[in-house]
Amino acid sequence: MENQINNIYRLRNKKKKELSDRTKKIIVTSAALVFAFIFILPTLLTITNSFMSAGEINSNYGAIYSNFEGDKKTFISKTVNLKFIPDMVTFSQYYTVLLKSPEYLLKFWYSIIYAAPIVVIQLMLAVFAAYGFSRYESKFKNAIFFGYIILMLMPYQVTLVPNYLVADYLGILDTKWAIWLPGFFSPFAVYLLTKFMRRIPKELIEAAQIDGANEWYIFSRINYPLCKGGVASIAILVFFDYWNMVEQPLILLKDADMHPLSVFLSKITSGEISLAFAVSVIYLIPPLLIFLYGEDYLVEGISYQGGIKG
Amino acid sequence: MKLHSIKLNSIKTNSIKKKRAMNFEKKSLFSWLFLLPSLIGVLVFFVIPFIVVIGYSFMNNPIQKEFVGFSNYVNVWNNASFRDASRNTLVFSFTAVPLAVVFSLLMAVMMESKLPYKSYFRSAFLSPLMVPTASIVLIWQIVFNFNGILNNFLVKFGDSKIDWFKSQEGFIVIISLFLWKNLGYNMILFMSALAGIPKELLEVAKIESANKFQVFWYVKLRFMSPTILFVTIMSLINSFKVFREVYLLTGDYPYGPFYMLQHFMNNTFATLDYQKLSSAAIIMFIVVSALIYVLYRLENEYGKDVEG
Repeated sequence: MENQINNIYRLRNKKKKELSDRTKKIIVTSAALVFAFIFILPTLLTITNSFMSAGEINSNYGAIYSNFEGDKKTFISKTVNLKFIPDMVTFSQYYTVLLKSPEYLLKFWYSIIYAAPIVVIQLMLAVFAAYGFSRYESKFKNAIFFGYIILMLMPYQVTLVPNYLVADYLGILDTKWAIWLPGFFSPFAVYLLTKFMRRIPKELIEAAQIDGANEWYIFSRINYPLCKGGVASIAILVFFDYWNMVEQPLILLKDADMHPLSVFLSKITSGEISLAFAVSVIYLIPPLLIFLYGEDYLVEGISYQGGIKG
Repeated sequence: MKLHSIKLNSIKTNSIKKKRAMNFEKKSLFSWLFLLPSLIGVLVFFVIPFIVVIGYSFMNNPIQKEFVGFSNYVNVWNNASFRDASRNTLVFSFTAVPLAVVFSLLMAVMMESKLPYKSYFRSAFLSPLMVPTASIVLIWQIVFNFNGILNNFLVKFGDSKIDWFKSQEGFIVIISLFLWKNLGYNMILFMSALAGIPKELLEVAKIESANKFQVFWYVKLRFMSPTILFVTIMSLINSFKVFREVYLLTGDYPYGPFYMLQHFMNNTFATLDYQKLSSAAIIMFIVVSALIYVLYRLENEYGKDVEG
């Protein structure tokens, strides 16, 4: 008798637990869904709106820009209409951007010209430097590495002052070199790659040394191949950073004609809002492709950063 | 005989040791060669000019080069816009950074639970990393503009419109932007830390009949303290980077709470006032270094028994 009652209780408790587990799961999942939607909303909105006609965009978002201009208070529309699906899908924005207004493509090209060499050279230098830091660690070397960390953590507003002075001294202000050179030597990639290399088992390197491998051999046949994944992931992070640079061109390139698309795009005025979305999408394509193909690398790269002592 | 061989052996090992030590030194020198290119660049582009900046901060101007003591610092310190800017930046950072740490930790815990389609969620949360600054600015304008979406909602629910870019509520604009952009990144950091907690530790806690909250609070959080420190520092740095978006949203001379140290620096660059620039940069350098040092010490205190 007692046993039966106990059994019933147990069953009921089990059911209750299952039920609460299920509701928990539903709550967590729906919360995650809401969050995820908010996170991708801007990307989604930019892409779908880029297929609208100029007229549709003006009537949807005209309220913002006529207000934004300040001096002319004419409103194309009273309020903003948030719309995801265009009335009629058209490529007219892309047509205008790609064929009729070459300045956007030129700026796009500038963005590539600034970012690509920085990614390549910063990583090349960093692979070497990281090897230097991870081998034969000494107190002096570690102190220098700590200096790199401090430098990495400084906001642009601090490092831009020295950068400006050097660029001025070398006479490279207002040229690509003013952007490139500080980017080449930025300590970010060095820091992360050193952390990667320090995790390579020491036994592996010692075994190679016993077999008579010299430093260059160890570097090129052991450390570098084992860090290829790390190089890829850090390259992605560095690219995202320099693709979106705003501070450096604003200060180091006085000539607005030389600014990359990241700065130029923000100065789009009321007459051109219809183009803003299409230009944004074009600007989004390189990072989007890299993101889609390299997300696992990206996650790996970020994961490696945890713990500053490394 | 025996003694002799032992002696011989010890001499042999000694000489091998010496040889090894020499080799070690030679090779360690060789490892410096790898460091050299980066080191030279960092010295030329960051360290040496920074020393020059320190010099400038104590001079009356770069041409006369007269030593004026701390008067540049006093001037900057007494500068009203510098004070405004520092206050706004500090208020923003001290609100946004804790929020970012807590929210991203919650998100990491959420991702750790049984969530279907986990990898899709991860992609969604990480996607802000790749969205170009300009698109972000466009969308934030659509949402927060006086005639924007958010105000539409407010009016629908019977509230009055808020001029987000010209009121104290503008704070919400930048904090939302900052959180949106950085939570995914931080979440990944916490996820990898959560995955790195030894399973045995959690099992022991379970056997000791700790409940879920206790496990989280006393075991997981403590174990993650280096990551919490790192996320805090990174968020702090990124809170300085939010200037990009704020600048593009509001321009050179924005309304009250939007005026950040970065605006001050930018505007000072425009007039190329070297004394002001260098002393402001050094004040920022000292404050950021001090903050990092304090965080570092805090983590050492809190997490020392975990790391062993």
